[in-house]
Amino acid sequence: MTHKSPNQNGFLVRNHDGHPAALTPAYKSSVTRSPTKPLLSFPGSMGEQTGPVFGHDMLGPLDKDLILNFAQPGEMALGPRIIVRGRVLDQTGRPVPNCLIEVWQANAGGRYRHKNEAYLAPLDPNFGGCGRMITDENGAYEFRTVTPGPYPWPNGMADWRPAHIHFSLMGQAFSQRLITQMYFEGDPMIWQCPIVGSIDDTEAIKSLVASLDMAEAVPMDARVYKFDIVLRGRRQTFFENRWEGL
Amino acid sequence: MSQKLLRETSSQTAGPYVHIGCTPNFAEMSGVYDEDLGAKMKTGPIKGEEITITGQVFDGTGMAIRDAMIEIWQADADGGFALTESNFTGWGRCPTDMETGQFQFDTVKPGQVPYMDGRLQAPHITVWIVARGINLGLHTRLYFDDEAKANAADPILTKIEHRNRVPTLIAKKQSSGSYLFDIHLQGEHETIFFDM
Ligand SMILES: [Fe+3]
Repeated sequence: MTHKSPNQNGFLVRNHDGHPAALTPAYKSSVTRSPTKPLLSFPGSMGEQTGPVFGHDMLGPLDKDLILNFAQPGEMALGPRIIVRGRVLDQTGRPVPNCLIEVWQANAGGRYRHKNEAYLAPLDPNFGGCGRMITDENGAYEFRTVTPGPYPWPNGMADWRPAHIHFSLMGQAFSQRLITQMYFEGDPMIWQCPIVGSIDDTEAIKSLVASLDMAEAVPMDARVYKFDIVLRGRRQTFFENRWEGL
Repeated sequence: MSQKLLRETSSQTAGPYVHIGCTPNFAEMSGVYDEDLGAKMKTGPIKGEEITITGQVFDGTGMAIRDAMIEIWQADADGGFALTESNFTGWGRCPTDMETGQFQFDTVKPGQVPYMDGRLQAPHITVWIVARGINLGLHTRLYFDDEAKANAADPILTKIEHRNRVPTLIAKKQSSGSYLFDIHLQGEHETIFFDM
């Protein structure tokens, strides 16, 4: 029996500067759900440095097509059609292949298909709001959907979320596990949102904003948004030595 | 630091509707994916002691939160990760129940896995928690209270300064094969969370 022999160099130390603090009172839900004690830092071991692996064969043909994957036969989701594409890299710039990405979003009217959702905007009978894909050998991914609408949410009386798509990334190890949100270039609501504002760094926020790429638009069909994602880097003595010499 | 490192993409909360993307069938959206990923860790007969882990995630007011999602990752009974035992995935994902806040994993007791220096770690499970109000997913570990000898020699458990917090990492045996592991985000029993 062979046991996997993972890279025991582990991962680069997480830089928390670009991440939100646990407690960000303007986002009220964080007040009672944020740990108050410091995280304990320890080098991880195999449980942190490995993770589940998913094969492309588990995906259905419509998993990455949110316009069709919940629609009745012959129908489509309502809203401005877009393709979101990008690459998943690690901090050393290398692609992360075979990374499971799961996305979820509101419909074009800003309404989620969820039993706890009470917003009065209507459901779209042809839109579910979930999709998933696995990055290829270059770390590339793409999916097709409609632009989600902004929506009001119970925080401040007039708080609206900017249009966004939620992303869950499995990475290649539990240490790389990440959930984030993608925003849309030019949306003024980004800069008013307490959840976005939980990140205390303008450059880091900008890296969550997808850019519109009209050159790649599909004529008379869909616009394209580009969104690259960076996961924690695996520590590699070889590369670190090379950097020293650069 | 002269290394040209990219910066890790910032985390954002999973929000209250994480189920839509990660466990749509649980959210009563059927027909898109055949089944929710991580719902079954055992896909056939497997070696080792079959166990059930249940628990709740408590917020700072003492209420069990009902919109969290927990993932676990663990070795099989031989201490191997998802390769030595083909009927065992090693990975589980469970949302907390929308009424009770309970989560449950049906799995096997993990074997011992070596630490970097070669010492054996006590049997443990890696745990990751996300929810509305959690800005960055929380990592912790679950150990077992009926592994006192291995726990007493574990390279991480033995290095924790505040000994009174160590019990927050240890699941309590309820009956044969059943363990309770509650997670406290704040308060007197705040769980130890790791930066690993
Ligand atoms: Fe949302």
